[in-house]
Amino acid sequence: MYSKGLAPLAAATVVTITAAFAMVFFYAPNDADQGFIQKIFYVHVPMAIVALGGFVAGGVFAIRHLRSGDPSWDLRSYVAIHMSIILGVGVLITGAIWAKASWGHWWVWDEPVLVSFLVVFLLYCVYYPLRFSIEDPGRQARYSSVFAITAGAFVPLNFAAVRMAESFTHPRVLSQTGGSMPGDMRLTFLVALLGMTLLFVTLWKLELTAKHASMQLKRMRNRARVAA
Amino acid sequence: MIAAARTILRKDLLIELRTKESVPAMTLFTVTVYVLFHFGLDRDSLDGELASGVLWVTLLLAAVIGVSRLFAAEREQGGIDGLLLAPVDRTSLFLAKATALFLFLVAVELVAVPAFALLLLGPGLGGAFPELLAVLLLGTLGIAAVGALVAALAAETRARELVVPLLLLPLLMPVLIACAQATEPLLRQDAGPEDLGRWLGLLSLYDVVFVLLSVAVFDFLLED
Amino acid sequence: MPALPLDEAGKYVAGAYVVFLALILIYVAIIGAKIARIDREISELAGEDEE
Repeated sequence: MYSKGLAPLAAATVVTITAAFAMVFFYAPNDADQGFIQKIFYVHVPMAIVALGGFVAGGVFAIRHLRSGDPSWDLRSYVAIHMSIILGVGVLITGAIWAKASWGHWWVWDEPVLVSFLVVFLLYCVYYPLRFSIEDPGRQARYSSVFAITAGAFVPLNFAAVRMAESFTHPRVLSQTGGSMPGDMRLTFLVALLGMTLLFVTLWKLELTAKHASMQLKRMRNRARVAA
Repeated sequence: MIAAARTILRKDLLIELRTKESVPAMTLFTVTVYVLFHFGLDRDSLDGELASGVLWVTLLLAAVIGVSRLFAAEREQGGIDGLLLAPVDRTSLFLAKATALFLFLVAVELVAVPAFALLLLGPGLGGAFPELLAVLLLGTLGIAAVGALVAALAAETRARELVVPLLLLPLLMPVLIACAQATEPLLRQDAGPEDLGRWLGLLSLYDVVFVLLSVAVFDFLLED
Repeated sequence: MPALPLDEAGKYVAGAYVVFLALILIYVAIIGAKIARIDREISELAGEDEE
């Protein structure tokens, strides 16, 4: 059910990511101010955007779960959030590397995307303890969905608030995500973003398939045990 | 629906008036935290951003206590099953609980804000008092709405005392940002609002989004 | 801040990309292990069936 289209999707992912890598190192020019460091931007920012998109998608799946009662939507929501949290770890680590290389500190409060992401990440980390401390499976799924929707609505609000605050206390030093990118950089960025999105969807489908198979297996085992 | 909400609200307020469990503790907590900040920051008087930050962080931490205890009465006396069996709309329950939390927080603020002015605030409160009230109002609304939602979300988990602060504080980050930024120019020596409209706008948006969201989603909680 | 010279900068950039790749590889490895376990359990169940 979940693995439909997985093979061509994986192929597209490999192609796009390889192309993105090639473009980052052979096509995109070096940034005038930041130099070679700026190349981190092509992996850090797409990861952040895709992770945030994954959180919002988790909220949308959760809405469908609550409306339909169909547990497969809850599974889709859980896996999306789970993967976004993993990506989030990557965002924070690559963000720290970028900060260290650019400003000499492992963390800076200047970048509103990074700061907002930290808050979102801290929030979503609570998803696991919340989910797994509720024993009844139906209730677990429902409460998780409520959380996913609340947190999903929170993401844009939080980003707006942090951005507003940072623009007052720290003038925007970095405007990498702004529209002032030269064309070849922008193209490279878009390809990297596409590759990251495809990667997310591919791995999402992969994990969905594995989880679904594992759940079915458990059901079959229980049935076999009962029959014996 | 409003009638049901009012009944539940009256019950909660009566319980609180009789047992006095939440509000005095929350108020005492805020004053204790002010003393903590006095020693922690090694300052006799604060103004501007420090004052604004200390005030709002303290209020948020007190709110965590209030949220943890929001459904305590129902849990301890098994009242939640009674509420759920009665043909009461979950929305009424949310309105009642959120209003109760709002009123509790206002009661705390009635003491905590003057106490803050007394203990830690350098310039007085009078500089831009109506603006301060506006920020307090919209901020407390947001805290109450999200607090009621988190209280319900955490109501069924075993790890309630851990989950409530971990959920509530990140969710209230935009409220903290907006309120602290808005309050900062109001607590300076030469007090006067700056960009107040922008922050009040953000707070209003946040309040609307989370009230609507909580109302929509509350039906799926506390079901059995 | 002036741009770091290429060799120093290279280490940071490489570090970031390595983190990215490592995340993917670890993730795929975990899923691979999960699938292997599912496979094993299926053959166990199939074996029990035949008894």
